Amino acid sequence: MQKLDHLSKLEAQGVYIIREAFAKIENLGMLWSIGKDSGVLLWLARKAFGGNVPFPLIHIDTSYKMPEMIEFRDRVCVEWGLDLRVSQNVTALKEGMNHEQGRVVCCQALKTKPLSELVEASEFGGLIVGVRRDEQATRAKERYFSPRNNQNAWDAHDQPPEFWGQFNTDFAPGDHVRVHPLLDWTELDVWEYIKREEIPVVPLYFARDGKRYRSLGCAPCTMPIDSTATTIDEVIQELRETKLSERDGRAQDQESEDAFEQLRKDGYM
Amino acid sequence: MTNTQTAQLVKIVIVGHVDHGKSTLIGRMLYDTGNLSQAKVDHVVASSKKRGMRTEWAFALDALQAERDQAITIDTAQVWFNTSKRPYCIIDAPGHREFLKNMVTGAANAEGALLLIDAEEGVQEQSRRHGYLLHLLGIKQVAVVVNKMDLVDYDKGAFDKVQTEYTEYLAKLGIEPKVFVPICAIEGEGIATKSDKMSWYDGPTVVDVLDSFESQATLENQPLRMPLQGVYKFDKRRLIAGRIEAGHVKVGDQVLFSPCNKISTVKSIENFPTNDAQSAQAGESVCVTLSEQVFVKRGDVMSHVRDTPFDTNVFDARIFWLGKNALEVGKLYSFKIMSQEVKARVEKIHGLIDAETLEKLPGGASVIKRNEVAEVTVRTQVPVAIDTHSKIAPCGRFVVVDGYHVAGGGLADVDRQIAERGDESKIKSDEIYWSESQISRGQREKLNGHRGAVVWLTGLSGSGKSTIAQGLDSELFARGHRSYILDGDNVRHGLNRDLGFSPEDRAENVRRVGEVGRLFADAGTITVTAFISPYRTEREMARSLCAAGEFFEVYVNCPLDVCEQRDPKGLYQKARDGIIKDFTGISAPYEHPENPDLVINSAEFNVQECVEQILDHLEKKNILHAK
Repeated sequence: MQKLDHLSKLEAQGVYIIREAFAKIENLGMLWSIGKDSGVLLWLARKAFGGNVPFPLIHIDTSYKMPEMIEFRDRVCVEWGLDLRVSQNVTALKEGMNHEQGRVVCCQALKTKPLSELVEASEFGGLIVGVRRDEQATRAKERYFSPRNNQNAWDAHDQPPEFWGQFNTDFAPGDHVRVHPLLDWTELDVWEYIKREEIPVVPLYFARDGKRYRSLGCAPCTMPIDSTATTIDEVIQELRETKLSERDGRAQDQESEDAFEQLRKDGYM
Repeated sequence: MTNTQTAQLVKIVIVGHVDHGKSTLIGRMLYDTGNLSQAKVDHVVASSKKRGMRTEWAFALDALQAERDQAITIDTAQVWFNTSKRPYCIIDAPGHREFLKNMVTGAANAEGALLLIDAEEGVQEQSRRHGYLLHLLGIKQVAVVVNKMDLVDYDKGAFDKVQTEYTEYLAKLGIEPKVFVPICAIEGEGIATKSDKMSWYDGPTVVDVLDSFESQATLENQPLRMPLQGVYKFDKRRLIAGRIEAGHVKVGDQVLFSPCNKISTVKSIENFPTNDAQSAQAGESVCVTLSEQVFVKRGDVMSHVRDTPFDTNVFDARIFWLGKNALEVGKLYSFKIMSQEVKARVEKIHGLIDAETLEKLPGGASVIKRNEVAEVTVRTQVPVAIDTHSKIAPCGRFVVVDGYHVAGGGLADVDRQIAERGDESKIKSDEIYWSESQISRGQREKLNGHRGAVVWLTGLSGSGKSTIAQGLDSELFARGHRSYILDGDNVRHGLNRDLGFSPEDRAENVRRVGEVGRLFADAGTITVTAFISPYRTEREMARSLCAAGEFFEVYVNCPLDVCEQRDPKGLYQKARDGIIKDFTGISAPYEHPENPDLVINSAEFNVQECVEQILDHLEKKNILHAK
């Protein structure tokens, strides 16, 4: 019998984690950033439940997302019959919140805050999120099931142990949990899987006029990289050769040495 | 770089004393194998410069602010990199004694281990403990890396001393390190290329060692185990979902679910989006549909009909405890065994070791404290399907939840229980397990004030069995005893509705009633059965199910002509008319008992007298009093 290949192992693990979350967490939701990672996440959810997605998808819309992303979101939603909930910090936007007031401040107001409000209002017991350990060193400390207290905060220093595919699925009242099925995936794995499974992605990932987006976020804070990769194969080839890191194009991480850790402590993805 | 799609990812844990240089080794290894991005290299150089240190490769990993401040690793981190041979996941487990739980979290997933020792400081208490924990977690592939050789002037003697001392210790644990590698991580000596400074050493580099580890023993060829994660009905399909932990399954296989003991056949393997898979193997998360619908649920384990997991409510285990509060003997905890979640308690601690000091602790303990490892017996409230850890690892390990947190882990061993129960290889349906209740039968009988028993009335139709049974039941009830009637006609409405009146079905009818009677007796109830039960062999079988002295065969003796004259249900008439086939006494035989416990001549005595004769007999046999 032939051994399972690397991608099949990752897929099986992701499906396993999503099913465990579904079995153990009341009012489960999945964060959908419209990016390649949450695209894979959504695909794994469909794999887990025979093509069905038995929980709502949540999109935190900062209003600064690129239009192609929103078009893509709305199209896929209809095609796959998804239950989409969109959340936006309308008050902050009315008051003129944008990246010029500080990128981290803006992220907190337009992403972290509406997310925690939505979690509270909809009483989500848990959220499935597509973070990967290799993206950023802080995320390397994450668990597959990562409890957040009722302030939505993450205490990286006091995490319960997690081993043998047994997760912490019991929580104090008011706490919720972030579930991370893609924790062990690398950026390259994501693209190779997208290729194998023919998962649709936003066209912004492919080069136009010598530039492409490697990571998608808000338009003002996400810079395209120099690239000639116009197909998935070319993207994969490019990633095999690059020494630049994935979030180098994300301006909010560069504000200070520990900007990203601060964001995550407060409940950022 | 390698093609990650074809090569197998290997997980390696690095453990070592807090200051022996693990993070430095990982950082340097990433750099030397070309796995560090320019941004990270710049970050390392800048961070080192800012702190006025020589280039510290650990900064490549130590991302958290707190870590940089304390200069120790807080938690397990996982780092991916590739050698020219294959991809790796390096699990960085902390060395500080307070962070044992993270060490377990990290190391429990590893296929091999690098154990780091400082050449100058030599084998420390922590080095011993790490060796022991690797042993505990069942990690057999271990290489020892002797770091900071620069501090001992790259001296062979210092290296040999560490090697001798540690080899001796690890041998006691049954660990035989593959190799000892002398290195200097911060300078990159001996990591990816051979070191000129240690020409006396002709063994492998660290990277060579990683490439020589074998990836984990294959589970594909072991018996099938698929713990159910759920049963879904989102569309017209009923999907049985789970991850195959061992073995393989194909469409058309007959499968058995444990511990509920249901059998069905795999109709399809639904692999979205094509739903056309013909087989699946260990490691895959699948959905299957079944040809015959059986009631199964999350927690049940699917296997083939042979080589099933073992069903039991008692097993032996080695538990390591990480919780803030000690595990208490006798206290109920949640145990997670595959997808089974059951309440269970540690019944007895047989031995205890302090994982910090490796000291054997005195026997008779009633708690397992944090960082202790214990050999125990576990008793679950309901039977679980489980394997011995050393045989099918994923199906023989469990975690213990205390409050909201996983607080301990354990490796199960059911070899003793299997030996006690007999041949393991038998088909499941032959292998009747008996889960032992917390409450003994004696306790129930004491509460009831009498013993449990089966009073088996046999005789022709119309002989008065049902009437006598009712009289007996009423009299026992009036005395405050617990009794119940299993009536021949009644059970055919439900339990035995699938049975007819052929000799085979009659035998099965009696067997089932015998089984139910046995359970009632075990529950401390006096069970009265009223069945014709015409065959000696089947009555003997019913007797054989019960313990000696609790089964009473009562022959309700009444001549055929009297019975036929009574004919309360008009059955004899129908039999004579040929409407009913195989009617006992008319067209089927009645084998009268040769050695009944009691004979009641129901043609001569009235019902009350018959009942009294039975009560007298039960009195004589001490059934009507507790022991």
